Amino acid sequence: MGTGRLYAAVAVGGFRRFATYRTATAAGVFTNTVFGLILAYVFIALWDTRPHLGGYDQAQALTYVWLGQALLMVVAVMGGGFEDELIERIRTGDIAIDLYRPADLQLWWLAQDAGRALFHLLGRGVIPLAFGAVFFDLALPASPLTWIAFLLAVVLGVVVSFALRFLVALSAFWLLDGAGTAQLAWITGIFCSGMLLPLNVFPGALGEVVRALPWSSLIQAPVDVLLGTADPVGTYAFQAAWAVGLLAAGRLVQSVATRRVVVQGG
Amino acid sequence: MDEKPGFERSVRGDGPGRADASWARQGAYARLREGVRAYGMIAAMWIRSTMAYRASFVMTTIGNFAGTALDFVAILLMFSQVDRLGGYSLPEVAFLYGVAGTAFGIADLALGSMDRLGRRVRDGTLDTLLVRPVPVLAQVAADRFALRRLGRITQGLLVLGYAIAVLDISWTPLRLLMIPLMLLSGGVIFSAVFVGGAAFQFVAQDASEVQNSFTYGGSTLLQYPPTVFAKDLLRGVTFVFPLAFVNWLPALYVLGRPYPLDLPTWVAFTPPLVAAGCCALAGVAWRAGLRSYRSTGS
Amino acid sequence: MAVGVHSEFSGVEGDFIELDGVEKVFDVRKKTGFLRSERRQVRAVDSLSFTVPRGEMVGYIGPNGAGKSTTIKMLTGILTPSGGRLRVAGIDPSRERTRLAQRIGVVFGQRTTLWWDLPLIDSYRLMHRMYRIPDGRYRENLDRCVELLQLADLLDVPVRQLSLGQRMRGDIAAALLHDPDVLYLDEPTIGLDVISKARVREFLRDLNAERGTTVLLTTHDLTDIEQLCRRVMVIDHGRLMYDGPLTGLHEVGESERTLVVDLERELPPIEVESARVVKVEGPRQWLAFPAASSAAPLVARIAAEYPLVDLSVREPDIETVIAKMYAQGGAEKAVS
Repeated sequence: MGTGRLYAAVAVGGFRRFATYRTATAAGVFTNTVFGLILAYVFIALWDTRPHLGGYDQAQALTYVWLGQALLMVVAVMGGGFEDELIERIRTGDIAIDLYRPADLQLWWLAQDAGRALFHLLGRGVIPLAFGAVFFDLALPASPLTWIAFLLAVVLGVVVSFALRFLVALSAFWLLDGAGTAQLAWITGIFCSGMLLPLNVFPGALGEVVRALPWSSLIQAPVDVLLGTADPVGTYAFQAAWAVGLLAAGRLVQSVATRRVVVQGG
Repeated sequence: MDEKPGFERSVRGDGPGRADASWARQGAYARLREGVRAYGMIAAMWIRSTMAYRASFVMTTIGNFAGTALDFVAILLMFSQVDRLGGYSLPEVAFLYGVAGTAFGIADLALGSMDRLGRRVRDGTLDTLLVRPVPVLAQVAADRFALRRLGRITQGLLVLGYAIAVLDISWTPLRLLMIPLMLLSGGVIFSAVFVGGAAFQFVAQDASEVQNSFTYGGSTLLQYPPTVFAKDLLRGVTFVFPLAFVNWLPALYVLGRPYPLDLPTWVAFTPPLVAAGCCALAGVAWRAGLRSYRSTGS
Repeated sequence: MAVGVHSEFSGVEGDFIELDGVEKVFDVRKKTGFLRSERRQVRAVDSLSFTVPRGEMVGYIGPNGAGKSTTIKMLTGILTPSGGRLRVAGIDPSRERTRLAQRIGVVFGQRTTLWWDLPLIDSYRLMHRMYRIPDGRYRENLDRCVELLQLADLLDVPVRQLSLGQRMRGDIAAALLHDPDVLYLDEPTIGLDVISKARVREFLRDLNAERGTTVLLTTHDLTDIEQLCRRVMVIDHGRLMYDGPLTGLHEVGESERTLVVDLERELPPIEVESARVVKVEGPRQWLAFPAASSAAPLVARIAAEYPLVDLSVREPDIETVIAKMYAQGGAEKAVS
């Protein structure tokens, strides 16, 4: 069966597509580093005042900052992945062509997004983290096993992020202009992923809620696995549950949307 | 007679004989007036364009407001755990935040789409602007003018209003005057950064993110007290890349707090001068960028 | 300035566009490795000299990357020449770009300058104010364009809803509202259907005849040139390869047109002395004949001797004509 190879090729295409923009990548790395720098100083001030805030010591908090910058693009907290193109295809009606392809729509885009995520991990992730490690005192683990465990959590985070954005994109079937939903999605994403602040710093019930939402799979979960502040197996189970649930929801919405397209005749 | 191009020419267009260079060599003031006029016309067209999608406009305006408020939400979350950040109370930080946010909002509203210049260079649509009889800078600045960006200004002003209401400032006329002065000078400084960043995109078309580091990154930096940051970083944004003049220096004067770097008090009043200097530099950069584009065409 | 004074007194006469030894050199960086790149100078336009008198309609053709658009960009003031002298209406385009803008109209084939989400008329109103066109003149020009380009029903339609052909007509009107003395058209008929093409061509012909607007037109469609321009210039590798009438170009290039003949049934290759069969596919045959000669006698001969179902004539494309020009070594002779 050649389907595996098909999706591998789509993933490679997704990787290549982003790899062509070298200046943009360099500029992006610069931006991540600048924001990392600002946040790092703010976190130092914060942890100076409350040394064990959220259960982190200062080195762990700083590690959180730089991992956050490294993962920001990988798990596409602010969007900017495949969904813009999918929304555009729905808007223009080109989606009808995709639906007649032998490939599965959701898997097709997932493969492409996986390629993109891998590129962003290498192209946008490594340098900010290295910069942080050189100029700040970070709590990075020595054991390669921890790093592998971390990468697995990142993979699951990417899948959850994909499933969320797939739903966002499909909303364009009903709203025609996906801009509003996309905007809502990135605001929610930034707030609930732990990009603003570690979710365990959020006070009281608000903290409980955001930690239970799927967005906590994007940044908070992988970081906690790397820092050793969360049990990897439990974290994986949490991420996988959300991934499966959201992917299934995506399929359901997709089939409803498809029926709509077929009824309307494209 | 003031030659108005396009006026009173015959259909055959026997123009060359009337080719006096006065129009081309018009003064800086006249050019500025031309630019502002063109900016107004193009911005009006964009406003009408967005009104074609009214529902989307309402939604994105709310989104703009909510999205820009996230930064302040982060600050509120921090203050749910601590009483002071870098020695500053929440209203004091809100004051810094409000000034930086509003100043940045003004620049964002006026020139927020200038980071699209690189794309225009790449897809060749910049050329369509170069054959028009109005300044290119005005056309690029007004590109995609969007009233939804009022969301950011509104949000900044609300936070500033809260800070002023809560803070116990001993107001003097000078301190009062400082508020509009900061907002305007800050807006101009950020605008200069937008123009400078766009000029850089003539050379590196994919580098709009670099511009974002200085604009969005800069405004994020200024939302926090200067005491939080390393001295070297402060020196950098004071003497090299003068973002500190947007709010830190003047706002700390209003708050009656010392600036972490040892500077005389009168420096707090220099933002308008710094803003003018930034504009001059941005203008030079823009001209150089445009000249480079016109000699390389890519 | 001498040229200006001269043309003012002599009215229509005099060269309107003048190029003397114009050059454009680009620094090109070529990637030679992952991070390494090498700098190299490319002459996009190489000592280009020609003049176009007022009121002439000239076709400016050449393969992609030949230097066509570089020339147009220098003529409109977008690009600064690296060397040589260039004047349009007595103005140095690169030095007085905004002043020149009042005198020229530019239509970029595939890049519309109209406002996508707004009714067509709104774009014209913007032109009205941006170019400070006097009210009377604006109304007069607009009415004329609306009538001749058949835009009346489209004025209130948002541009995004217009077809390609309608949009092109809309763009041409937008470029003419300020009475430009010269109109640059970059591929004005690309992607248009036959009817739209015919309408655009007819309009340009009228514009040139009635208003005396100088027109410089780049195109890939030789029919545009055939129907509009008495004069054609061919540029390749940044040099002027040919400057003269289109028929002359066909002679120099020994280019051939193709007659596609559909017969009732499969037959052996058609034998006529003025053409030769280049391809046979079932009942369809392709015959090549010299582009400079008329197809009529050839068609008559074939119709008399063979069972004809349908036929069509294909124009040679520019690339072929130019390739043949090289092959014949006629290029040097062509530029006198």
